[in-house]
Amino acid sequence: MAHSTTHTHESNNKRIWFVFALLSVVTIVEVILGIIRPDILVNTNFLAMKLLNWIFIILTLYKAYYIAWAFMHLEGESKGLRRAVVWTAIFLISYLMFILLTEGDYIFDIYKNSQVAWDF
Amino acid sequence: MEATVIRTGTEGRTWGGGNEPLKASYGKMMMWFFIVSDALTFSGFLAAYGFSRFKFIDSWPIADEVFNHFPFLHGVEAPMYYVALMTFILIFSSVTMVLAVDAGHHMNKGKVTLYMFLTIIGGAIFVGSQAWEWKNFIQGEYGAVTTNGGNILQFVNTEGERVALADIVVSIPHERIEKSRSSGLWFAENETLPEYTIEEVKAGFEAHPDVLVRTKMFDEEGEKTILSREESLKKLNAEAVGVVQGANLTENEYGPPLFADFFFFITGFHGFHVISGVIINIIIFFNVILGTYERRGSYEMVEKVGLYWHFVDLVWVFVFTFFYLV
Repeated sequence: MAHSTTHTHESNNKRIWFVFALLSVVTIVEVILGIIRPDILVNTNFLAMKLLNWIFIILTLYKAYYIAWAFMHLEGESKGLRRAVVWTAIFLISYLMFILLTEGDYIFDIYKNSQVAWDF
Repeated sequence: MEATVIRTGTEGRTWGGGNEPLKASYGKMMMWFFIVSDALTFSGFLAAYGFSRFKFIDSWPIADEVFNHFPFLHGVEAPMYYVALMTFILIFSSVTMVLAVDAGHHMNKGKVTLYMFLTIIGGAIFVGSQAWEWKNFIQGEYGAVTTNGGNILQFVNTEGERVALADIVVSIPHERIEKSRSSGLWFAENETLPEYTIEEVKAGFEAHPDVLVRTKMFDEEGEKTILSREESLKKLNAEAVGVVQGANLTENEYGPPLFADFFFFITGFHGFHVISGVIINIIIFFNVILGTYERRGSYEMVEKVGLYWHFVDLVWVFVFTFFYLV
């Protein structure tokens, strides 16, 4: 990779600043949304979560993609390395999230509907 | 890199060693695999945080209310501005890092030095900000009352604005002894006593008819429930057992104890990564100045610490989302 970028110095620098601008804009949008918390987004539920939270998570993944691809230069690595890194993480993390969030929700229901008072 | 590789003399053959099927050097590939495993550690923390949050989905604190401090703006509600600034600092230090890596590809020692230096400064500012954030979190602002059931009750005025314990307490003359080792017959030490007693808070609440109790439960509008004056009095007198100001690992004035626990563990673990990243960056920075990589003919070490540094930034992007935004 070190060798492939040597010839395109100008464009590489340009890309770094472009990604920085992009990450900044996305962060600013997130902060503004976080402060205003528009009613429509907060009160609309989509797949058991507020629409606003979905927007935050999608914007976060978008930022993560740019950090990994442009800053960590995954885009310049071989396909094998990229897949070994990205798919391993995505598979294991999705699995972990699914198990734990489902379980957390279940325990919430148990607390809420049980015969035992826990606010006394 | 080559300096550390032992040659077997069979490099030409497929299994002779020195083969790079992923077209990345051994060191860089291993840095990537370390990053994957570290990412799984952080995911474990964040998933556990998600678990607890789903478990207490109807009573979790609102981040905007907890993290609303900004330096030199005392008493001004500034939700998220400071953490947004911290995020910018970290992203920017990521940019200077990638610029250093880029300069390294061109064997430009001067630029690598400059950008590494800026990266280290950015990292140091971030850790300092994190420490300040912790200080505010631990100190607390308004204070709250704990109940038998381990819940907390906060105080608001009729407009729904938070009221600090200090503004309502009525001082009751009493003797409070903070036990210490020297005053005990046996080895004994108790925790620091809060500034006020629960009796003082109760008396103060009765003396201020315009103050109401706010529980940590969300109502239908997604706001914390505010009780009527009668309900407030009833709840306070029946359930309140203690006073809590700020946060520690066993209780905090913001909500479930787990909220503070995860805050300390996740931002602490991330801060630890930033500190170690700064230290590693400093080591590499001196190596750059000494010309180690110039002599080696490759700035790949800068690239490898760069990967680690970007990873720290990447984790912060997620911590920022799940702790401050969602």
